[in-house]
Amino acid sequence: MSIDRRKFLKIAGLSGIGMGLSAADSLIKGKAHASEESSLPESGVRLALVIDVGKIRTDEDYKRITDACHSIHNVPNIPNTKHEVKWIWTDTYEHTFPDQTNEFIPTEMKEKPFLLLCNHCAKPPCVRVCPTKATFKRPDGIVTQDPHRCIGCRFCMAACPYGSRSFNWVDPRKYLDMNKVNPDYPTRTMGVVEKCTLCVERIARGLEPACVEASNGAMVFGNLADPNSKVRKILSTHYTLIRKPAVGTQPSVFYVIGGGENAG
Amino acid sequence: MLDRALKGSKGYWTLVIILLGFIGAGSLAYLHQFNNGLGVTGMSRDVSWGFYISQFTFLVGVAASAVMLVIPYYLHNFKKFGRIVILGEFLAIASVTMCMTFIFVDMGQPMRIMNVLLYPTPNSILFWDAMVLNGYLMLNLVIGWATLHAEKKGVPPPAWSKPLIYLSIPWAVSIHTVTAFLYAGLPGRHFWLTAILAVRFLASAFAGGPALLILLALILRKHTKFDAGKEPIQAVAKIVAYAMCANVFLIGLEFFTAFYSNIPSHMHAFEFLYAHGNLVPLMWTSTILALLSLILIVPPKMRGNETVLLWACIAIFISLWIDKGFGLVIGGFVPTPFDTVTEYWPTLTETTITLGVWALGFLVLTVLYKVAISVREELGTAGPPK
Repeated sequence: MSIDRRKFLKIAGLSGIGMGLSAADSLIKGKAHASEESSLPESGVRLALVIDVGKIRTDEDYKRITDACHSIHNVPNIPNTKHEVKWIWTDTYEHTFPDQTNEFIPTEMKEKPFLLLCNHCAKPPCVRVCPTKATFKRPDGIVTQDPHRCIGCRFCMAACPYGSRSFNWVDPRKYLDMNKVNPDYPTRTMGVVEKCTLCVERIARGLEPACVEASNGAMVFGNLADPNSKVRKILSTHYTLIRKPAVGTQPSVFYVIGGGENAG
Repeated sequence: MLDRALKGSKGYWTLVIILLGFIGAGSLAYLHQFNNGLGVTGMSRDVSWGFYISQFTFLVGVAASAVMLVIPYYLHNFKKFGRIVILGEFLAIASVTMCMTFIFVDMGQPMRIMNVLLYPTPNSILFWDAMVLNGYLMLNLVIGWATLHAEKKGVPPPAWSKPLIYLSIPWAVSIHTVTAFLYAGLPGRHFWLTAILAVRFLASAFAGGPALLILLALILRKHTKFDAGKEPIQAVAKIVAYAMCANVFLIGLEFFTAFYSNIPSHMHAFEFLYAHGNLVPLMWTSTILALLSLILIVPPKMRGNETVLLWACIAIFISLWIDKGFGLVIGGFVPTPFDTVTEYWPTLTETTITLGVWALGFLVLTVLYKVAISVREELGTAGPPK
C-alpha cells in the first residue's frame, strides 16, 4: 500500500513539474498582448495594395481604374443605387475614413475621391460569420467568394465594416451587354453575394490585379510578409492610413496620404 | 390526437380559411420574389436585412418566452400554471416555425439552404442559430405532445419527459442569446455592438411573449370553452410587468452610454431612429406605448382589472413589435458604414410575404390549440378552474 502511495506521489509530482514547465514555457514564448499579435501569416504571403492618393488626379484616372476591374469581371452596371454591384468605386474622404476626419482638413482632401474596394482584411469579419464557408480567406491573404456555395443570407454584408460587398438583388445579366462580356470570367446569378477578389484569376497567371495595372503606378501590389517587397518599402517610408483601424480587421489596403508627394 | 383539428365549429373553420387565404397570398408573393430576386423587397446594398430578419428576431423572443411558464410550473411547482403551460409550449412551436420560415424567405438562394448543414461552420453564429432553433422546435413538439397525450389518458407525463423539460429551460435562453449574438458580434455596427443586447432581447421576450399569451388566453376564454383561469393570467401579468420594467430600463442604459459618452458613431443610430429618419413616428409610438403600458400593468390594482390588462398587453405587444420587429434591425444598418443614411421601407410584396408567414404561424397555433382544447373538453377540464 505504502509503495503504491509513494509511486503515486512520484507520478503526481513529476506530472506536476511537467505541467508547471509547460506553463512557464508558454508564458515565455507566449504573447503578452493578444492585440499586438502579428498579422503576418505562417504561409509567408499576405498580399496587399498600396494606393498613392496623390497620383490619381483626374476623373479619367479613376474611371480607367474602376472600368478595368468592372469590365473584365463582368460587373453589371445597375442604375438603381439600392441594387448596384460594385467591386471598386470612389467616395469622399469623410465617407472613407469616418473616424479619422475633422472639420478642418485641407479642402483638397475634402473634395478628392478615394478608391474603395475590399480590404482583404487579415481578420475578416465576413469570413467569421459566413455559415457555408462561401466566403473564405486564402493562405495568401486574399478574401474571396465562391458564388456557387453562397446561400444569399447576406450575413457577410452585415459584418463588413467597409460596405465592400454587393448582393445580386436582381438578375445581373440583364444589366450586361452579353455581346461584350469577358468570356474568360463567369457572370453571376441572382441571389448571391459578390466582391473584389483581388484578381485571383490574374494572380494565378502571374499578373497584377487589373486596377493596379490600370493605375499607372498609383497603386502598388505586393507581399506584406516580405520585408523587401515594394509595398513594405513604401509603408516604411510613407505615412499611410487604413480604413477604420479601431475595428481590428487589419486591412491589406493602405492609402498614402501625402499631398503632392509620391510613393513610388 | 391530431384528428381533433379536423372537427370544429363554423367559427374555427372560418378562421382556418381566412388564414389559408393569407398563406395563399403570401405564397403567390413569394413566387414573385423567387422568380425576380430579392430586388422586389425594399432592401438594398446598404440595408441588406429588412422586415424578414427583424420579424424573425422578434418571434425568437415569443418562442423563448414559453420558459416563463415552464420555470414556475416545473421548477417551482407552481401548480396554477398547469393548464396554461401547454399554451406557452404550443406558442413556442408556432413561433419557431415562423422564425425558420422567415429565414427561408430571406435567402437569396433558398434551394441551397442545406449548405448550412452540409458545410457545418462552427465559427458562424448563423450555424448555431439554426442548431438551437431546430433543437428548440423538437423539444417543444416532443414535450408538448407527450404531456398532452398523458393528460388525455389521465396518467402523469412520462418519466423521460422530465429531463427534456429541464433541458428546454436553458435551451429557451440559448435561442434568444444566440440570436442576439448574430448582431452583437459585428464590428462596425455600433447600434448592435453592445454587451447587453442578449439581456435586452431576453427582457423584451419575457414581456412580449407572455403578453401575447395573455391576449390568446383572453381570446380563448371568449370564443371557446377553454378558460385558463383568473389567477394564472394574473401571475403571467406579473411576469410581464417585471420584464417590461427591465426592458425599458435596459433601453435607457443604451441611451446613457451613447449620449453621455458623446461618441458620434454610438449616437447615430439613435438619432436616426428617434430624431430624423423615416422611422421616427414608429419609434416614438413604441416609446409612448411602452411607458403607457408600465402605468397600466405595474400597479396591482390596474393589472387586476382584466380590461386594463388586455389594453396593457396590446400596448406592450405593439411597442415591442415595433422595437424588435422593425427598429432594431433597420437601426443597425442605418447609418451605413460610410456614415450616410439609406432609408428602408418594406414593399407590398415583402409585406404580403410577411403576412403570409404570420398566417402560417397562426394556423399552426390554431390547430395545436384546437387539439389541446378538444382534449380538455372531452376530459371536462376546459372550464374555469375551481
